[in-house]
Amino acid sequence: MTTSNNESALQFKHVIYSDGATPIINNVTGFFPKGKITTLVGPSGAGKTTLFRLCNGLISPDSGEIIVDGKDINEYEPTELRRTVGLALQSATMLSGSVYKNLSMPLTLKGEILSEEKAINLLIDVGLGSEYLQKNVKDLSGGQRQKVSIARTLVNKPKILLLDEITSSLDRVSQQDIEELIKRINNRSEVTIIWITHNLQQAVSIGDYTWVMMSGKLIESGESSLLNNPQNKSVKRFVQGEIE
Amino acid sequence: MNFLGLALSLIFVLIPIVLSRTLNLGLERDTIIATVRSIIQLLAVGYILTFVFGSDNYIYIILMIALMIVAATQNARKKGATIQGITWKLIGTFIFVEILTQAILLGFHIIPATAQYIIPISGMVVGNSMVLSILFLNRFTAEVETRQDETELILSLGGTPKQAVQTSLITSIKASLIPTIESQKTIGLVQLPGMMSGQIIAGADPVQAVQFQLLILFLLLTTAAVTSIMLGFLSYPTLFNKQMQMLKIREDS
Ligand SMILES: Nc1ncnc2c1ncn2[C@@H]1O[C@H](COP(=O)(O)OP(=O)(O)O)[C@@H](O)[C@H]1O
Ligand SMILES: [Mg+2]
Repeated sequence: MTTSNNESALQFKHVIYSDGATPIINNVTGFFPKGKITTLVGPSGAGKTTLFRLCNGLISPDSGEIIVDGKDINEYEPTELRRTVGLALQSATMLSGSVYKNLSMPLTLKGEILSEEKAINLLIDVGLGSEYLQKNVKDLSGGQRQKVSIARTLVNKPKILLLDEITSSLDRVSQQDIEELIKRINNRSEVTIIWITHNLQQAVSIGDYTWVMMSGKLIESGESSLLNNPQNKSVKRFVQGEIE
Repeated sequence: MNFLGLALSLIFVLIPIVLSRTLNLGLERDTIIATVRSIIQLLAVGYILTFVFGSDNYIYIILMIALMIVAATQNARKKGATIQGITWKLIGTFIFVEILTQAILLGFHIIPATAQYIIPISGMVVGNSMVLSILFLNRFTAEVETRQDETELILSLGGTPKQAVQTSLITSIKASLIPTIESQKTIGLVQLPGMMSGQIIAGADPVQAVQFQLLILFLLLTTAAVTSIMLGFLSYPTLFNKQMQMLKIREDS
């Protein structure tokens, strides 16, 4: 296992984050390889979402360092960090209004305009047709919202894309659609992807690399195949479904 | 009206108390407290005003306005307990609104610079500013709470705190202004405004009373708009820290 800088898009060094006295991220040290898909698994409450919020700068660690693309997160302007490290959530929160309004939002925030043509290209890219552009987000299915949410995050051209259980509430077909989409994005643009999933099969099939977190700690990390044959006893129990 | 008249007017207090007792509404205690408080407070104000009008000293006018602002702040701050430093933001807003309105009224000689005019008008301005603050704070804290996901979404896409709370802010400012504007549309049709009624009963020329009432109405439009907007722009930054992160909403009051 190597931790050299030029191979990692994102690095954690002794990161601690607590809510009052309760540690939620408990001394995490590790890295996410550049340009790869890393899957992040662990029982619910392990601190996975919190880890993402730390990377995107929505919260700050109590201590330790987080290094994004070779630079400590404190050296970024908050808005710059958040554009560099894009975040898409299971909830796929939409702003009320049209799909176009949602896709434009990242540029609107910068005082720029997203041309309809570019918006349509994005929609086609995520597997939705141009007819979706003027649709109201209220009329979208879960899978369609998820695609719009991913496309919206991509508008910022992030170097790192954080995906938090984006397929968890979707049916089989939409799930495969999105898996294909993420692989395509990863192949094409060298975006580093970190994907939280509770589907272990998905974690192995999609991931190049995998992190296993439990109770705020990084228990194991390495090639995704590690999940097929875990060394650590807790990871073994988790993989066998004994820990939810 | 003399004190006998005032004493007899207590009949109007007895009626709701008897009704409350009969129907078990449980409102007797509050009704009595409200009555006693209003008697003491208003009589005290009456005597204080007599003194201030007689003394012709600006210090007393300023003192009275300060007192109004303290009382208004005391009332409104509970509604904004989740906003840091709300007490000072309210005081700042009330002072600003008061100075702005008086500067226009006195500067253009719309009213004479005497206690008789300044104090009642200040009372209405500060009182309305207080009501508007309460309306605004109620709505704003609720909006911020229900729109947390949206706020964090905008932050996570690279938005600034101001952009992230803009919808909450605008919605709350608008919502708090609507009652003032709406009530002016029907004014005079359903009921005569209290101040105007009072003046007419006291023997003033109705047209003169109307002119004054109009002045007050227009004044309250400014009061309402300036209060909500100023309080809004003072309040929203306290929801975020320097790293543009949303602070946890404080649960304590
Ligand atoms: N904002 C918060 N305040 C307090 N506790 C939180 C907060 N967010 C998460 N937690 C707690 O932190 C732990 C980790 O949560 P989370 O990161 O959501 O885990 P996961 O995504 O792995 O399920 C949980 O015990 C959760 O209750
Ligand atoms: Mg989670």
